Amino acid sequence: MLELFRQDFVQNAFMAGTIVAIVTAVMGYFVVLRAQAFAGEALADIGFAGATGAAIFGISSLLGMFFLTLLAAVGMGALGERIRGRDVEIGMVLSFALGLGVLFLSIYAQFGTNAAEGVSVLFGSILSVTRSDVLITLVCGILTLLIVALLFRPLLFASVDPEVAQTRGVPVRALSIVFLILLGITTAEAVLVVGVLLVLALLIAPAATAMRLTRRPLATITLAVALGLIFTWGGLILAFVGTGRHLPVSFYITTLAATSYFISIPISRLRSPRCYKDRPHPSREHITTPLR
Amino acid sequence: MLSHQNSSGKVVNMFDVLQYSFIQNALLAGTCVAVVAAIAGYFMIVRGLTFAGHALPNIGFAGAAGAVLLGIDPVIGLYVFTIGAAISIGLLGKEANERDTSIGIIMTFALGLGILFLSLYFGYAERVYSILFGQIVGISQADVVISGISSLLTLGIFLLLFRPLLFSSFDPEVAEARGVPIRLLAMIFLILIAITVSLSVQVVGALLVFTLLVGPAATASRIVQRPLWAIVIAILLGVSYTWLGIFFAANSNWPVSFYIATLSFGIYLPVRLLSPLWIGRRARRSAKEIYA
Repeated sequence: MLELFRQDFVQNAFMAGTIVAIVTAVMGYFVVLRAQAFAGEALADIGFAGATGAAIFGISSLLGMFFLTLLAAVGMGALGERIRGRDVEIGMVLSFALGLGVLFLSIYAQFGTNAAEGVSVLFGSILSVTRSDVLITLVCGILTLLIVALLFRPLLFASVDPEVAQTRGVPVRALSIVFLILLGITTAEAVLVVGVLLVLALLIAPAATAMRLTRRPLATITLAVALGLIFTWGGLILAFVGTGRHLPVSFYITTLAATSYFISIPISRLRSPRCYKDRPHPSREHITTPLR
Repeated sequence: MLSHQNSSGKVVNMFDVLQYSFIQNALLAGTCVAVVAAIAGYFMIVRGLTFAGHALPNIGFAGAAGAVLLGIDPVIGLYVFTIGAAISIGLLGKEANERDTSIGIIMTFALGLGILFLSLYFGYAERVYSILFGQIVGISQADVVISGISSLLTLGIFLLLFRPLLFSSFDPEVAEARGVPIRLLAMIFLILIAITVSLSVQVVGALLVFTLLVGPAATASRIVQRPLWAIVIAILLGVSYTWLGIFFAANSNWPVSFYIATLSFGIYLPVRLLSPLWIGRRARRSAKEIYA
């Protein structure tokens, strides 16, 4: 077991996995809060087009993903205003990106190289992460976390109650575009680890599970990060030493993530009566004080 | 313009491809799928279920992979997984916000299983990838008949439920007050989408189903407001995208999904950008009628 950790690819996998798990858990908290799970999914699929396109031109797939997801994030942020209508716009961009991805994949396959390379983008290839990928992931991750930390209060305010935030002078629209850009960078990183089809597992499952167990923002984020790390490390360890047969890492990660979410649902339903008990509202307190 | 140089250097007529029986089969099956997908897609957009429309084909892919692994017909796996997922989406998510999260987690869970099935399957993986990317040119006469009958059945259910479905989609509160069983309808509708997806995946592949669901309906509902007209236009758009897509793909090396996705996005974008012109005018006119 310890022998395994001496190997380069195992170390790279653990380092990339750790960075991605932390960043996705923090971003995921806001994604769930803002009900933008679909946007996260769309950005990942756009990353698929970016990665396969980059493979054709022979550049790093991470760069291709960054380029297209950033473009799409700005576009989605600029196009959509209302929550309801935005679903359709995201869907249209998503379907176009998938079409492009399929085109790039088929061109790539026609070049003689095998399509398995492109398909590995869909399903993730954490074991082929290189040291330079780890460095790029680390730099982008730290930058993302720094920006989120700087914008934490206004972003939280705008996510929880956009109308009130707007009237209080918080630049809600600009924040939403910045957030989508950060989300684009995050999904591009996560695609490296779990693949396009499963980014959502790391993005929303830790945060959604944590939100069912606690309510305070900081406690939720901490719990989400812890869960994300458990899923990723658990998945990696199970895949390396697990069951004798080499089952894919992404399968373990998604199964751990989905199981913990499904377990958290009954727990939160059991606890909820206590949580929802009416607390005295500050402005209503004088009414409840008994008359003497 | 109507002729081009083919690979052997001979000048051929572009319409010659229509004589091949596999192209005719593709056109027939594609038409059936496009009609049903346009109708289902219209309701999907109105009910804000775009994400479910994206998730179900992916879930179906996992089911098909599982069926291939077990050595049974992939179609059975498709139906079992999509209908199962539709029921769990209906049961889990009550609010829109929560629904998106649970759709995302169910989807990644299913995809994780799909990856597991793929890695356990040592056979001919092309069969599984054809479910992902579709094999519209590999459709037999029997497939056409099957997709024709199942499309007609699905259409029949949509016609039967048309009025209550429309009512509960546009105004669930009033519909519920009028005694329309909206919870039951929501569940039936999700199952209908699951069936539509399953019969479409066999023809056009998991990645393209979403394009046929969202593209025509999104464009049509931007062009006209009346539901019936929007559905008619969506069907016309869907069928013409499919025909043009197959036609272009038959004359080139590029995949059908790319052409259909590009057509659908290329027509949606100008309609979306110009639609404020007529939507605003129409709203002002109806406001004038009300206050006159």
